[in-house]
Amino acid sequence: MASLISCPHCGARPKEEFTIKGAVLSRPAADAGHQAWTDYVYLRDNPRGTHREYWHHTSGCRRWLVVTRDTVSHEVGFCQDAAAAKLAEVRP
Amino acid sequence: MTSYRLATGGLVNRAAPLAFSFDSKPMAGLEGDTLASALLANGQMLVGRSFKYHRPRGILTAGASEPNALVTIGRRGRTEPNTRATVQELYEGLEARSQNRWPSLDFDVGALNGLLSPFLGAGFYYKTFMWPAPLWEKLYEPFIRRAAGLGKATHEADPDSYEKSWAHCDLLVVGAGPAGLAAALTAGRAGARVILVDEGSMPGGSLLFDTAMIDGMTASDFAREASAELQSMPNVRLMTRTTAFGWYDGNVFGAVERVQKHACDPASHLPVERLWRIVAKQALLATGAEERPLVFGGNDRPGVMMASAMRAYLNRYGVAPGKATAIFTSNDSGYRLARDLEAAGIEVTAIVDSRPTAPPGYRGRPRVIANAVVCQTKGNKSVSAIEVLHDGRSETIAVDALAMAGGFSPIIHLACHRGSKPFWSEENAAFLAPQDLKDLRIAGAAAATVGIAACIQEGSAQAAAILSELGISCRPAALPNVEAEEESRPAKPLWSIPGIKGKAFVDFQNDVHLKDIGLAVREGYGHVELAKRYTTSGMATDQGKLSNVNAIGLLAEARGVSPAEVGTTTFRPFYTPVSFGALTGAHSGYHFQPVRKSPLHDWAAKNGAIFVETGLWYRSAWFPRGGEKTWRESVDREVVNVRQNVGLCDVSTLGKIEIFGADAAEFLNRVYCNAFLKLPVGKARYGLMLREDGFIYDDGTTSRLGEGHFFMSTTTAYAAGVMNHLEFCAQALWPELDVRLASATDQWAQMAIAGPKARLVLEKIVDDDISSAAFPFLAAKEVSLCGGKLHARLFRISFSGELAYELAVPAGYAESIADILMDAGAEHGLQPYGTEALGVLRIEKGHVTHSEINGTVIPDDLGFGKMVSATKADFIGKVMLEREGLKAADRLRLVGVRPLDPTASFKTGSHILEKNAAATLENDQGYVTSSAFSPHIGCTIGLALVKRGPERLGEEVVVWNGLKSEYAPAILCDPIFVDPTNERLHV
Repeated sequence: MASLISCPHCGARPKEEFTIKGAVLSRPAADAGHQAWTDYVYLRDNPRGTHREYWHHTSGCRRWLVVTRDTVSHEVGFCQDAAAAKLAEVRP
Repeated sequence: MTSYRLATGGLVNRAAPLAFSFDSKPMAGLEGDTLASALLANGQMLVGRSFKYHRPRGILTAGASEPNALVTIGRRGRTEPNTRATVQELYEGLEARSQNRWPSLDFDVGALNGLLSPFLGAGFYYKTFMWPAPLWEKLYEPFIRRAAGLGKATHEADPDSYEKSWAHCDLLVVGAGPAGLAAALTAGRAGARVILVDEGSMPGGSLLFDTAMIDGMTASDFAREASAELQSMPNVRLMTRTTAFGWYDGNVFGAVERVQKHACDPASHLPVERLWRIVAKQALLATGAEERPLVFGGNDRPGVMMASAMRAYLNRYGVAPGKATAIFTSNDSGYRLARDLEAAGIEVTAIVDSRPTAPPGYRGRPRVIANAVVCQTKGNKSVSAIEVLHDGRSETIAVDALAMAGGFSPIIHLACHRGSKPFWSEENAAFLAPQDLKDLRIAGAAAATVGIAACIQEGSAQAAAILSELGISCRPAALPNVEAEEESRPAKPLWSIPGIKGKAFVDFQNDVHLKDIGLAVREGYGHVELAKRYTTSGMATDQGKLSNVNAIGLLAEARGVSPAEVGTTTFRPFYTPVSFGALTGAHSGYHFQPVRKSPLHDWAAKNGAIFVETGLWYRSAWFPRGGEKTWRESVDREVVNVRQNVGLCDVSTLGKIEIFGADAAEFLNRVYCNAFLKLPVGKARYGLMLREDGFIYDDGTTSRLGEGHFFMSTTTAYAAGVMNHLEFCAQALWPELDVRLASATDQWAQMAIAGPKARLVLEKIVDDDISSAAFPFLAAKEVSLCGGKLHARLFRISFSGELAYELAVPAGYAESIADILMDAGAEHGLQPYGTEALGVLRIEKGHVTHSEINGTVIPDDLGFGKMVSATKADFIGKVMLEREGLKAADRLRLVGVRPLDPTASFKTGSHILEKNAAATLENDQGYVTSSAFSPHIGCTIGLALVKRGPERLGEEVVVWNGLKSEYAPAILCDPIFVDPTNERLHV
């Protein structure tokens, strides 16, 4: 059954409208080395508690979001546009 | 003696009789009856046979927890097994049938199981049916399944419709009893958006059968007035016949509304059930409490009933349980029933009270036997006597009905659905809802509050507290004046009863009796979760609503600990069974999934297309002509016609994405493994898109229509996936790039015009110069059609290997343009061709699709190694493509394959073996990814992924189909069977 996700663009929408890609990871530079790339492509944490994930509002505004949820309580916290999150990260 | 309808009393409409049948026997009930009350009114005490021992069973409760009175109602596609007679409203023409009996309810052969019961204890099938193992699947399991049983589902389709809906509110109140009504009134009057749901047909809950006077009205009149006021408020939605069945994340409640389950012929414009998802800022559970059975011998005999249920049948439905009723009680509830029976003029033979004394204030006439227990009931298909133990002696008393009252358990299921565990309260002798629940409060009997006045007061107070949290001001409500008898003392639980004779049932629905619980503890299954699974107590449709607490109490006693230590099993949705129909909603049959039709669908249909479902799409597969008997004849003709003349194929289903922005070229350069930065305006290029792990994701052509404008095509299957992927890249990976994406798959119709005469046809409608000099291979541009009437996009690209174009027109013009082309092409032999011919043409040309791009291949495996840019700083998949394993010499790589004997054939999926090699995993050389009969070659041809494939051209191999044990000698060859030098593309 449903919980609601607060899309920063569309407001509270049922979770069925979204698709989940997985953990928010930083894409390594092309010269970051084999280990960094293997970690990025294959290795995933399975955190207990707060987890930041990429969610796509596929059946809505079609923006990628960074959704912070708690894997224990299922509480969905901060939802941010992924582009805004990335740009904020780049600009000090 | 049996139950019967009293001459007066109850909330039933005596002026509205309803005819119904039970096991084909005609019966009469009244409007306002449940099936159970109507059966009792007709003296039908025996309503079913038990699950394992086939014991006769009667109606035990008057509500959702009923374990016994499960019947099948309805006809044909509307057949509904395991319907609880206690909640099913009676309607004119209702047909009910008993379950789990053969040949009849009165004479049931399965009752012989009762004689075998020493061998049928808990876990008997784990012990009995262990050996020999092969017999389990063929003999034991089918036998057990047939013998043990609930009702049978129908195989006919359900003719009714269902729907789903959302609702939002400030406060959801679950249960419209005294606490729930008071809460809804308080919040409603304050202007909050309130939803009040109740599973019954009438709001009121216990008020509907209580004899208290409230503000000078009967309790049921008070409930009616309160509901009328609620219904008059625009901010309140009162939903009856609605069961809140689950509490989910985000304070969302699932509820099912039985819109027309009380109608013989449901109106076709309404659903029969509606599934609600209710989003509540705050919620209040006012779900009441469940009375507990007592565990004594023969407590399952028809005529034995919960005391509160007996009150409900008496006061709400005007049905008497019998002529001589005894009451076995461990608390004051039994005395309320005694008083009501006395008032109705029904003889109470005895009140058997397990406590040392009767309540001090009790002044009724019936004989009270204190410090006593019922050790067994006697009778055949209904109770005829009880044996009472008191003062060290036994006394048999003739009765025709027996009420049992073992205390109350708050109904806290919903509060436990999100993982919190209930806790045992010694003071209330009950499990209470977990504390510190977020946005959910409990009021009334569900919070172990006793008495109508206290419930009303608490409901109102909880609502006021919720409103203040929500920032809604509310005036303190004037509480009604309740005249009711004094409040009950909390009951000391009576788990095991001394001197029991015969089977004492703990779980009625699963035939789990007292000795099974003891056996589970002795055999090491004393943990509550293990005991549940070992004994099956608490399983099936009632999920132990009545039985669980007794099972826990008995486990606690057997282990010598407190119920707090035993704990409960996990509460999970659904509170009561929810139909598959309601969960499915409108998504059934034709509406199971949407249908996607190409803008050229009607054009294809009128040209005789046979369609094939590919995902949601209907694609034209081939176009049979007169005289053609098989699909192959049509497909071969279409293929040959493309090679010799010209064909027209609908390729609209390919994904189409418009890409704009100053950085569009840079963006494409990063998502494709080959170079796109310097693609000239007016040119198309084949692109390979990799996954980050280096394997190929998708392919397609992308054309540059302007400096900052590209038009990408994807495969049909991956259109949505590629769009999501590009959006991820643009938004999450590289938001600094100026790029905008728009899916245009549905906006453009696209047709391939392929064959040596393609240009001759197109020239007749394209205004621009499309000579090979002006518009060479891989040219792409906007053109005008039909003397400037329409702008279109023309691409000189070829999937067939022939001179070919793809023409894209706005979707609405698709059919007109296709018609014009067909007319223009008639003199050149233009024929439509479908996806089958398209497939043959591309296999002949050695072009790959997702048959080859199957998630295991990298560009080099398909002969695209040189396409991968060595100079780009980065692109998706670049780094991981460099891995050692992806450079291994023995990787499976693309080759062609054809049989040595031209009359032989092979199938896609067949494996390649070296000549004379055995068919073993070690000898596997690869597999056929695509195959077809090639009219051009004159035999079956295939594409295959074979170890070191390109180095082995000319090698004789065997194509082995393991499913059919077919071996076809074949030869590996170049995958391009037609025009390997690409001369035809450039004419």
